Amino acid sequence: MTVNKRNPQGLLLEEVLLYEQSHSGRMGVDFRAVSLSKDEQRTGLPLRESIELPEVSEPQVVRHFVRLSQKNYGIDSGFFPLGSCTMKHNPRLNEKLARLSGFSQIHPLQPQSTVQGMLELMFNLQNWLNELSGLAQTTLCPAAGAHGELTGIMMIRAAHEDKGNARKVVLVPDSAHGTNPATAAMNGYKIVEIKSDTNGLVDIQALDAAIEKHGTDIAAFMLTNPSTCGLFEPNILNIAEKIHKIGAYFYCDGANFNAIVGKIKPADLGIDVMQYNLHKTFSTPHGGGGPGSGPVSVCAELTPYLPIPLVVKEGDNFKLIEEAPKSIGKIKGYHGQAGMFVRAYAYMLSHGKDGLKQVAEAAVLNANYIMHSLKDDYFMPFNGPCMHECLFTDKQQKETGVTTLDIAKGLTDYGFHPMTTYFPLIVGGAMLIEPTETEPKEAIDEFILTMKELANIAQQNPEAIKQMPQHTPRKRLDEVTAARNPILTYQMSRQTQA
Amino acid sequence: MRYIPLSEQDKQQMLERCGVTDINALFCHAPQHTLDPAYNLPNHMGELEVERHLVSLANKNKDFAHNTSFLGAGCYRHHIPATVDMVIQRSEFLTAYTPYQPEIAQGTLMALFEFQSYISTLTGQPVANASMYDGATAMAEAALMAQRVTKRSNIVYDTDIHPDYKAVLKTYLSHIDGEFTESASPAETVNEQTAAYIVQWPNFKGDIADLNKLKSTCQQQGALLIVVVTEIVALGILPAPNQADIVVGEAQSIGNAMSYGGPHLGFFACQESMVRQMPGRLCGQTTDADGRTSYVLTLNTREQHIRRAKATSNICTNQGLCALAFTVHMSLLGEQGFKQLAQINHQNACHLADALTSLNGVQVLNTTFFNEFVVRLPFSAPKLVADLANEGILAGYALNDTDLLVCATEMTTNEDMHHLVQAIRIEIEGK
Amino acid sequence: MSEVRDELKYTEEHEWVLLHADDTATIGITDYAQSSLGDLVFVELPEEGTTFDQNEEMAVVESVKAASEIYAPLSCEVLEVNKEVEEAPELLNNHPYDDAWIARIKITDKKELEDLMSADDYKDMLEGLV
Repeated sequence: MTVNKRNPQGLLLEEVLLYEQSHSGRMGVDFRAVSLSKDEQRTGLPLRESIELPEVSEPQVVRHFVRLSQKNYGIDSGFFPLGSCTMKHNPRLNEKLARLSGFSQIHPLQPQSTVQGMLELMFNLQNWLNELSGLAQTTLCPAAGAHGELTGIMMIRAAHEDKGNARKVVLVPDSAHGTNPATAAMNGYKIVEIKSDTNGLVDIQALDAAIEKHGTDIAAFMLTNPSTCGLFEPNILNIAEKIHKIGAYFYCDGANFNAIVGKIKPADLGIDVMQYNLHKTFSTPHGGGGPGSGPVSVCAELTPYLPIPLVVKEGDNFKLIEEAPKSIGKIKGYHGQAGMFVRAYAYMLSHGKDGLKQVAEAAVLNANYIMHSLKDDYFMPFNGPCMHECLFTDKQQKETGVTTLDIAKGLTDYGFHPMTTYFPLIVGGAMLIEPTETEPKEAIDEFILTMKELANIAQQNPEAIKQMPQHTPRKRLDEVTAARNPILTYQMSRQTQA
Repeated sequence: MRYIPLSEQDKQQMLERCGVTDINALFCHAPQHTLDPAYNLPNHMGELEVERHLVSLANKNKDFAHNTSFLGAGCYRHHIPATVDMVIQRSEFLTAYTPYQPEIAQGTLMALFEFQSYISTLTGQPVANASMYDGATAMAEAALMAQRVTKRSNIVYDTDIHPDYKAVLKTYLSHIDGEFTESASPAETVNEQTAAYIVQWPNFKGDIADLNKLKSTCQQQGALLIVVVTEIVALGILPAPNQADIVVGEAQSIGNAMSYGGPHLGFFACQESMVRQMPGRLCGQTTDADGRTSYVLTLNTREQHIRRAKATSNICTNQGLCALAFTVHMSLLGEQGFKQLAQINHQNACHLADALTSLNGVQVLNTTFFNEFVVRLPFSAPKLVADLANEGILAGYALNDTDLLVCATEMTTNEDMHHLVQAIRIEIEGK
Repeated sequence: MSEVRDELKYTEEHEWVLLHADDTATIGITDYAQSSLGDLVFVELPEEGTTFDQNEEMAVVESVKAASEIYAPLSCEVLEVNKEVEEAPELLNNHPYDDAWIARIKITDKKELEDLMSADDYKDMLEGLV
């Protein structure tokens, strides 16, 4: 530690690793005394000696994590316009319900007769997603969005294999999330990238050329709609027709479903498979990086390939289908992220079909409002209207040397979480702003004013913005050293110091 | 709708700035006939109504708060200190995103660094990542990494691995060339084309293998040894599995509720030489512009958002909050507490095993175990499970017609054990 | 403006080639390449003795937020790799033309030499990029 702890720092308290607070003999739990003699233990191996865990008391643990929490920024702290991530309000009701012992203290291998309420909830959630997508059936198994993509592509592969040819190629637009090409590659497919046109949309000529070249080697087209540029793909019906014509499947990355939930059914757009990110559209908390949940809905033709288990209703009883001849099999241990199902289901019930429609409309209105308010201050690579997120770049600031990174860091000094930066990759210096529907107009207006002020500072005093942030728990980090000489554990850190 | 703040007046002002009069004008690029279809769904509900509905569903389940249980099989019931839930419900942790902006995410990052440190030291592996979805997917990813590291494609795995883990492995590898062999005798099946041998430790039936022997078998053939741990509490009593090249598994036991099978907490640890082949996020220590110790996600070029089709995995969102829960709970336990917890688990399991073997015709099949073992019953195991479930006792997991996998943890009381023993006694004497 | 050395040949992928008399060559990445990649943190080099076709991926250099492939400028066999840049990738940022060569290769198809650019052509190409 290079910080002098006696420096006055107000409430920005410094905190060191628990390892550095450890003193032998301290404990944060009280257990009954136990000492196993050699002949008493039946592990067949000697008792573990030193583990090297820290030794601290409960008050120290509480204070440690409370102090750490104060160095974080969450949706509950303020506006979080992180494009593509749908950082919307997380209702506390959902947390409370997921913690009911009837949901949290049940075991995945209990007899099904003893978990009928849970199975009913899962069955209802499947039905809600079937109805919202217009597709035939939904699996709840995948653990996150990327895992849902993997499941979706596996089903597509299985369906093609069933017809005698797994095919070789998956088409992915160059504006796609990195998970799309990574998913297709993990499934053994070759990725053919489809260039975007000057409007940020799928270049139909490029698509035609790829179809011409690869024809029936194409297993699927993976499209994010609305796109990662925040645009609704106007040619989507046409694209679907082209894809179906060669017997390929139309996969939609549902990461941006928030723009159209309760407003448009993906099946009506010709989509065959779509994953949801329950931690985006249906508001299960991001938790600093997870857990998520990534159900997938599929068209009737793909239902035989759904992973197991699937929840069905037989008479008055709910049942897990755990074997199906053409199923791709199990994709995750047990039945999926059940705790997330409770939260998402509560969210859906709270909104209803009328509320979900409002979700999409307010999310889209908020984004367009920001787009129109900032179009003179930042470069807009594509014309709107946008959907639930709007895209700018740092092109207008180029001459000043101020970049997207600087604007993002500047925002943190003003108490905002930055927008998504440098994504999508098809424009230089991207700033992708997604306000979501749960922001009051005042917060959005304040953000707009701050963005204008940063654009102004960039013109007047670019050096000042390069020094931002100044008022955050940490200033800019040395990421280069972190990557050149990775220190990934306390033990490695000690070796480095020694 | 209580979660959406825009008033009618707000909407009018905002539409005006957008230069339109109607919200549907903003959806002008969508095929117009697809807008606003009919949904066969209810309208919104108030908080009270939602709560009533979900409480009624929850009440239909037999939960462990009101029933006795001996179920384990990869998902364990342990006591979670109150502090854990307090911390993970802190807004700043619960509602934060992945810490891509480290200046305002040091809380999540330092906790991840502590998580990685704990997993590393528990497993005896030099590096650990910031979590995987669950133990089953972690094991599949370990097999994929072994293929990348060794440039071999065959995988051999032990028979007594959790059936879900085997099933997920099969699904993940289904399109990959190479042989996947189930084998309880690696000395005969691991050869110079084998990327890795996978063993669960303790295994699905509770037995604990000698890793030294497995290590030398693998080493002779240049194959990696992957050790899978589904009950991480075992690492408080067993020596660190540092013979392994990769240790993966499930850490739900510490800090995380069973929650009908998820969200749980996959972990992934391995040798330092493989760090650039690892899947998932890694948090590293560095300094900020003022030279203060700081934490940041690092080695990002392995990941999908940068490497795209060439990424080591497609994983993005992981189990961040579950890793935090683990870290808080493990911090409370500490060196002594964690060892004591493991010993209490083992002691209770030993008591249960003794009590059950005292019954006529009941036999414990394990020679070694930690907190879980197999009993052979003189009558139908599935029937016992079904019958006792009606009486509020979840007797365990029936492996086949006669064998029952039972588990005891620190939650298992003498009274619980007495109930199970009595129930089995009645069943025997009834015969 | 990035430095371009007259005695070297170049590729469109911003690699340089120094030809030697005995059908061998030394290769590396250009000043322009290192400056557009930013601080390099990791280099993955091929094993000595490996052969590559022209334009085949032979190495990877990484910055914090990007990974870039290095393609074989010519069909070749790798004679020697520069272990020093593996140890200290920052050499590629500091001395792209001198200490931070990437590999010494044996050229297997001399016809391909025609595909390489002269220093002047490369300078023109860079100007076109600005």
